[in-house]
Amino acid sequence: MAQIALATGFVLILAGLYGALTNRDILRMIVAFTIADTGVNIVLVAVGYLPGRTAPILDAAVPVAEAGQRIIDPVPQALVLTAIVIGLGITALMLAYAYRLFRLRHSLDISTFTELKW
Amino acid sequence: MSVLMLGLAIALALSMVAAAAVALITRSTVIAVLAAGLVSLFASIFFVVLAAPDVAMTEAAIGSGLTTFLFFFTMGRIRREGGK
Amino acid sequence: MIRHVVVALLVALLGIAFWTLTAGYLPDAELNRTAAYYAAHAQDEVGAPNIVTGIIVTWRGLDTLGEVTVLFLTSAVIALVLTQSKTPAGATGAGFLPSGELLTTGTRMIVPLIVLLGAYVIMNGHLTPGGGFQGGAILASGALLTLLAEPTRRFGHSVIARVESASGLTYVLVGLAGMMIAGGFLDNGILPLGRFGAMLSAGAIPLISVLIGLKVGAEFSSILESLHETEDA
Repeated sequence: MAQIALATGFVLILAGLYGALTNRDILRMIVAFTIADTGVNIVLVAVGYLPGRTAPILDAAVPVAEAGQRIIDPVPQALVLTAIVIGLGITALMLAYAYRLFRLRHSLDISTFTELKW
Repeated sequence: MSVLMLGLAIALALSMVAAAAVALITRSTVIAVLAAGLVSLFASIFFVVLAAPDVAMTEAAIGSGLTTFLFFFTMGRIRREGGK
Repeated sequence: MIRHVVVALLVALLGIAFWTLTAGYLPDAELNRTAAYYAAHAQDEVGAPNIVTGIIVTWRGLDTLGEVTVLFLTSAVIALVLTQSKTPAGATGAGFLPSGELLTTGTRMIVPLIVLLGAYVIMNGHLTPGGGFQGGAILASGALLTLLAEPTRRFGHSVIARVESASGLTYVLVGLAGMMIAGGFLDNGILPLGRFGAMLSAGAIPLISVLIGLKVGAEFSSILESLHETEDA
């Protein structure tokens, strides 16, 4: 199970990177970045997964005394939770800059922005 | 690990990769944005399978909901200014 | 196309590195020491059945404060980037299509339910999956629906800004109170831990969850709004 999740996450990261590097449309690059972002989150959660265990919530099914043997690692989940929220912030920032770039040249093609090209 | 969960995980993984491929290959940006949202939605189900319900809720609400609308708002702005 | 070949080569190299990671991966049999500590002390230290919320709100509370600060900076920068430039004439205001009857009526019926769900998710964050971030995102989607139904009405920036700064200030004050009364910054022991698993338990966690929820919801709403409203900002 963890291997499937790891493989999926890595494939998504690679696909996102490839898309971000080969696309010329700025919006499509941002879409590719969000896919890579999802992949990173899946990899992180998969690392915290232990086979045969359950979610880190203590209730009638998981008494406190057995918690150490019954739950999966909660730390990567807390990390990913923050990563998703920050990911939305990054995406919004990229979109705002994309809009500004569009206003500058009336084009979303990255090859029209040549000021920093060498 | 039951066979059912394993099959579900494999099916989800394949559909995620397929949706990502659609998002990268398609010519239309609208379809690309929607396919990226679909990747997020499948990922949130996958998080439930991986016993991470908190992450699943966040991914469903933020990753597939709000992000898609941010894209559409930006595309709406660009279209209104007579772009593509 | 030489560029695509180079990129494909780079991605393939990275893929080989990932492949070795995946192929040699063995999941741990035991929790590591940090996780085992969190699992063993969830009841007597933070009193929250949902350990993830306990980590986010209390054990690593400072990181969460930093995170909402980052989010605040993001929304401020977006507002700055989008309002600095003047829109060309002729592209103002009237470009919105009026929203349909179905959307307007549906919004009136559904938005209260969405807000209620958000409040439920926030308040039960320490018992069930959920918490400030998820509930805040749900509240923001309620704001998003209002924005879609009435695109010309601007629900005030000032209200959002006030909610946002008030909850941020209270968050810091609660953290400082933790330093005065309890064990440290953002310690949840400033309120009694209560009965394990009850609604109002786990010390200050429900209070901090509400603050995080309001702050995150306000920040997301402001991001959505500043990306949506084009003109005359």
